Amino acid sequence: MKHRIKLRVNGQDFEAIVNPKTTLVDLLRDKLGLTGTNKGCGTGECGACTVLMNGSAVNSCLVLAVDAEGAEITTIEGLAHEGHLHPLQQAFVDEGAVQCGFCTPGMILVAKDFLDKNPHPQEEDYKTAISGNLCRCTGYIKIIKAIKRVAESER
Amino acid sequence: MSDKKKYSNIGRSVPRLDAVDKVTGKAVYPQDINLPGMLYGKILWSKHPHAKILEIDTTEAEKLPGVEAIITAKDMPPTKLGFSQDNPPLKGDKVRSLRDEVAAIAAVDEDTAERALELIKVKYKALPAVFDPEEAMKDGAPQIHAEAEGNQNKLHYAFEYGDVNAAKAESDVVVKHRFKLPWVKHCCLAPYSCVASWDGTGKLTMYSPTQIPFLYQRDLANILQIPPSMIRVIQPKIGGAFGSKLDLYPNEVICAVLARKSGRPVMLTYTREEEFKCTPSRQPVIVDIEMGAKKDGTLTFRDVFFILDNGAYTSWGATIPYVLMHSITSLYKCRNIRFDTAIIYTNNIYSGAMRGYGNPQGTFVVERMMDILAEKLGMDALELRLKNCNQPGETTPQGLKITTCGLRECLETVAKRLDWRRKRNQRQKQSGPILHGIGLASFIHVGGGARVYRSDGCGAIVKLDDYGHVTLITGSTEIGTGSETGLAQITAEELGVRTEDVTVINNDTAIKPWDVGIHASRTTFIAGNAARQAAAKVKAKILKTAAELLDEPEDQLDINDRKVYSKRNPEKTSEIGKVIRRAHFREHGETFMAEAFYDPPTEMEDKEYRGNISVTYGFGTQGADVEVDTETGQVRIVKMVIANDVGRAINPVLVEGQLEGGLSMGIGYALLEKLVVEKGEIINPSFLDYKMPTAKDMPPAEIVLVETDDPGGPFGAKGCGEAGTIPTAAAIGNAVANALGFHLFELPMQPEVVLSAIKAQRDKRG
Repeated sequence: MKHRIKLRVNGQDFEAIVNPKTTLVDLLRDKLGLTGTNKGCGTGECGACTVLMNGSAVNSCLVLAVDAEGAEITTIEGLAHEGHLHPLQQAFVDEGAVQCGFCTPGMILVAKDFLDKNPHPQEEDYKTAISGNLCRCTGYIKIIKAIKRVAESER
Repeated sequence: MSDKKKYSNIGRSVPRLDAVDKVTGKAVYPQDINLPGMLYGKILWSKHPHAKILEIDTTEAEKLPGVEAIITAKDMPPTKLGFSQDNPPLKGDKVRSLRDEVAAIAAVDEDTAERALELIKVKYKALPAVFDPEEAMKDGAPQIHAEAEGNQNKLHYAFEYGDVNAAKAESDVVVKHRFKLPWVKHCCLAPYSCVASWDGTGKLTMYSPTQIPFLYQRDLANILQIPPSMIRVIQPKIGGAFGSKLDLYPNEVICAVLARKSGRPVMLTYTREEEFKCTPSRQPVIVDIEMGAKKDGTLTFRDVFFILDNGAYTSWGATIPYVLMHSITSLYKCRNIRFDTAIIYTNNIYSGAMRGYGNPQGTFVVERMMDILAEKLGMDALELRLKNCNQPGETTPQGLKITTCGLRECLETVAKRLDWRRKRNQRQKQSGPILHGIGLASFIHVGGGARVYRSDGCGAIVKLDDYGHVTLITGSTEIGTGSETGLAQITAEELGVRTEDVTVINNDTAIKPWDVGIHASRTTFIAGNAARQAAAKVKAKILKTAAELLDEPEDQLDINDRKVYSKRNPEKTSEIGKVIRRAHFREHGETFMAEAFYDPPTEMEDKEYRGNISVTYGFGTQGADVEVDTETGQVRIVKMVIANDVGRAINPVLVEGQLEGGLSMGIGYALLEKLVVEKGEIINPSFLDYKMPTAKDMPPAEIVLVETDDPGGPFGAKGCGEAGTIPTAAAIGNAVANALGFHLFELPMQPEVVLSAIKAQRDKRG
């Protein structure tokens, strides 16, 4: 049985026909061509596929597409505004928080969720916030530096 | 440093060239490719760790709608893969591990391919299997390869220098221990993915994350029985490598054969579970090591025997003694060395290359033993190291010629930042459940290429367009380290332009010149020298033309910030673009391009494993400040300190990134990571059960870049891509021993291991 779903992705309305077991990450990547959402494990353990669903970070591999019916989704492609990088994107570039880049979109989106909800984070909050997102390249040090820079500049 | 000022691009932390694409989701990884008509491949893995294949029946699978191709060993040429040519891409007569490829399917989608896999019927006759290399070495052990008697790999690395027996007899102190180190995984965030596409003329394009595009092209052609020039390798963005893509593996061959048989492009992407179970890993080792010293701390000898679990097939993993031997023969001065190996086939997954290439294992045993030796000598562990410290001008027993060497500065810097003299002997004063300890460890590693292959070269082409924009076409590969940005900085510096003026092309064998591959921390050094040489050639040509234009002698001209200027008449200047256009659009016009191939002045190791395989060597020290909770066995790292001789930091932030990332991998090796392999099966094939460091596992880290300005390096740089990961586990191990007052000989030092060691120690003391 296929399902017709409607959802809003990066400010644009979409309709898609999906299998009941299709996940949100596969819908975004395969049907909508939004390959900035990376699939690192498919089981919710690495965070590479993080997107914002109704403003909150989710592992899009753990969300069924049918459960995204009516939802507002932001992927990494939807973060830059009118050709300007989002401050988190700019900070990741400037601070050297990017290496192979596969975890980067998920990291930036989980950081956005974190800062949206915690405008004045404490030191240890940063690590907790991104501890569900794995990175093998950077040792997380420059990622935290980048997120901190944005938090402090908005203070 | 004052000499930094003379550079306008070198030593600056410019952002990576590919960073914006990576933060906006525009970077294209292999799994993002979608070609018209593309099919999806899946591999059927063995059900047994060791068995005869009696029959493979694909009839039912073929009937499933959407299945476009099924292949078995019958569809493969007889050629085998790997360093010892012992690995058929699809296994026909026998399987030797649970990760063995038995059949493969291409279908319209992954679900269909997976369903079809279940319909393939394979009849096996199980054979006795062996999983412990020491068991596999015994008489009567199941033989895994007919041609490998006693399961001994024909690769054998043995080295001898001086007179070990005499040195042993003359030593005042001798220590001997056995160490065991585990299987660990690269954990690239992107699962392995490749795409194969054949065109109408029989040419194959592979979209591959390979680290060795040109050797890959040759090996793939060999197995597909077509000329190498019929294969084009395009490397999309690579989502982590760390040595895991250093060989041609069966999955890529299978992908190409599925595409050939189906007549359609095929993508083959591993699941995370396959990534854990089926890709080669850092190999476990059992090491017997004996070391001695005179009363004054002079090192007398090292006698070392490594048993390496090769697994079922031979990839680069079996060759790691070529590099790990350096830590045995050349880290600190020691003039009597015996090193031997047994590389043993088992029915486990097979071993491959991983960041540091055996050196994390070699360094761990040597540096742990340095502390044990110091303890027995009643000498401070730092003093022992400083007494035997490597230095410039030294030729080590293996023939490594040390040019620049910042080891002493690294040791002293780390010790100072750890507050060594005060904190090292704090244990005696401790009480309560939390014990504090500090420790340090150093390494030596190739830093100027590594001649592990006939050529250690890399080609470069530097081209300027009519507007003065520069394109560097380099043979080297970008795997995430940021080397391409460093290469752009080197090219810009040599030419007198800005880094942002340089575009780097580095991912297509149809365009780029030859390179042996990205490994051995060699890219900035080797590809950097190649780029610099090509840039120098173009620059000379520009100056020649500008001499006419400005009516100045060539030798009075130079380029700075995109302008040619006269050194004696600084008011005489011309934009590079203007010079180029003038030369281009005239009678007998010319354009501006030059190429260079840099193959370093090094030698392969000879039959006795002597040889200077690198132009220069990297050194560094890491220090660990730890707390051990004696009630839980938990080791908490309070802080880490890294001092690393990088020659010259072309881009300090990128260099720090390499060291920090390497550090996290080293911390995983020390405390967290272990593939649990039971009867050939990996029972923790997920990030939930295999614990790689998260942000919460990372301690504060202080990083000091020591610049020794290496005369062989591009603007003084040495390689350091692997550096961060090599001494970490040894440093932490030494700190834990300092806290506990006794020694652990295995990794990882997970809480249960530490706790049971504490209990055993208490029982021993009664």
